[in-house]
Amino acid sequence: MGAEHGHTLHYHAHSLVHRLPAHLKIASALGFVLLVVATPRGATWPYAVHLLALLVAMRAARVPAAYLLKRAVVEVPFVAFALAMPFIATGPRVDVLGLSVSEPGLVAAGALLAKGTLGVLTALLLAATTEPADLLVGLARLRVPARLVEIMGFMVRYVDVVAAEWRRMSVARTSRLFDARSPRHWPVLARSLGVLFVRSYERGERVHLAMLSRGYTGSLPTLAAPAAIGPAQVLAGAALPTVAALALAGQAVLG
Amino acid sequence: MHVPDGFLDATTSVATAVVAAGAIAASLRGSRRELDDRSAPLAGLVATFIFAAQMVNFPVAAGTSGHLLGGALAAVLVGPWTATLCLTVVLGVQALLFADGGLTALGTNITLMGVVGVWVGYAVVRLSLSVMPRRLSSVPVAAGLGGLLSVVAAALTFTGLFAVGGTVPVQVDTLLTGMVSVHTLIGLGEAVLTALVVGTVVGVRPDLVHVARSLRSPERLPTRPGVHS
Repeated sequence: MGAEHGHTLHYHAHSLVHRLPAHLKIASALGFVLLVVATPRGATWPYAVHLLALLVAMRAARVPAAYLLKRAVVEVPFVAFALAMPFIATGPRVDVLGLSVSEPGLVAAGALLAKGTLGVLTALLLAATTEPADLLVGLARLRVPARLVEIMGFMVRYVDVVAAEWRRMSVARTSRLFDARSPRHWPVLARSLGVLFVRSYERGERVHLAMLSRGYTGSLPTLAAPAAIGPAQVLAGAALPTVAALALAGQAVLG
Repeated sequence: MHVPDGFLDATTSVATAVVAAGAIAASLRGSRRELDDRSAPLAGLVATFIFAAQMVNFPVAAGTSGHLLGGALAAVLVGPWTATLCLTVVLGVQALLFADGGLTALGTNITLMGVVGVWVGYAVVRLSLSVMPRRLSSVPVAAGLGGLLSVVAAALTFTGLFAVGGTVPVQVDTLLTGMVSVHTLIGLGEAVLTALVVGTVVGVRPDLVHVARSLRSPERLPTRPGVHS
């Protein structure tokens, strides 16, 4: 499991970006990535502007680039998909390093990689600068249905408990000399997962009953009233999508 | 397995987000019938279980491994409405906290795995149970079939979306053949794992398996003659 303390992606620091309210950050990241996705595939310099804007945001967040790059490996399966594109795409063929590949496929694969990488880095920056609890508050302020946010809250809260449960089962299997090496061992792992489901479900029931007995009526009390946002914070939050929008507009005008 | 940013154009991403939002709104209402009213902790723990189940690596061969996707599994265990909510929450947490699956592709991912995967899996399970003997032992087999077809259906839907809003000009039939053949293999793994996990839960706690509820005879507590209650 990847999670040790809630989630491993959060990078503790004190910066402008860390202090920004979560709903501003989510909206800003979403707007930015949407504009990146809308950038036409033939363009080159708008992607450079997007990347530069993101690098400035990373710098402002005081999160080391190496920290984010290491975690960008989640993207790897799609690099493979993108690399296959020049070979299966249609259109005129060009020779690259002695291989005949589709020219539009090559251009599209480049755009795919650029957009995917920018998207992953943006999401990583958001996760690195926002505590899970703040993220939930932010989602609620963005009018995500309360019940959905609540379910997500329980997931964030209990993910370590369930992961620890799985680790204990895994230690128990290993101490009985179990070593999963081939599909022959699937039944054992699957049985453990079945038991994990029963335990998770029963834990859910217990938590629910415990909450009811403490006067839970369907919504959790929030501890602190949301802090007021100043114009400086709104400006900081809007900076990333604004730069991306300008790059996009510039590309449309200049070509 | 998650679609990242930039795979589908902005219009298609927004359109699938609208579909996902509609499905979530319907599921929020529908799940009240499956779980007790307001039992968010239960749905949260089931979502956590799905999240954990996706992390478990099943060794295939020569150092490679695969993992469950869990759409059909969730539908069989807790019912389709709650399953859609659980998958939505899992995908949301993965996108926001783990950067797995693009932020703009979240709607697409929820549509593929949380709506198509869950509901195709559930429909297949219900249909196959209706033609199989009415026994608890039919449930894992039906769940396996649901697992296989849910993965293939999600792959087909992705191909359809890519044909409409893909960012690369490819021949749809090339992509279709590739996607379906790869995902049939993945689906076979999903089928075996779903059947094995459901088989375990049906064996231990059949009362927790949503689709098995109608197959269980109501429990009767035996009383000895001469004992007054």
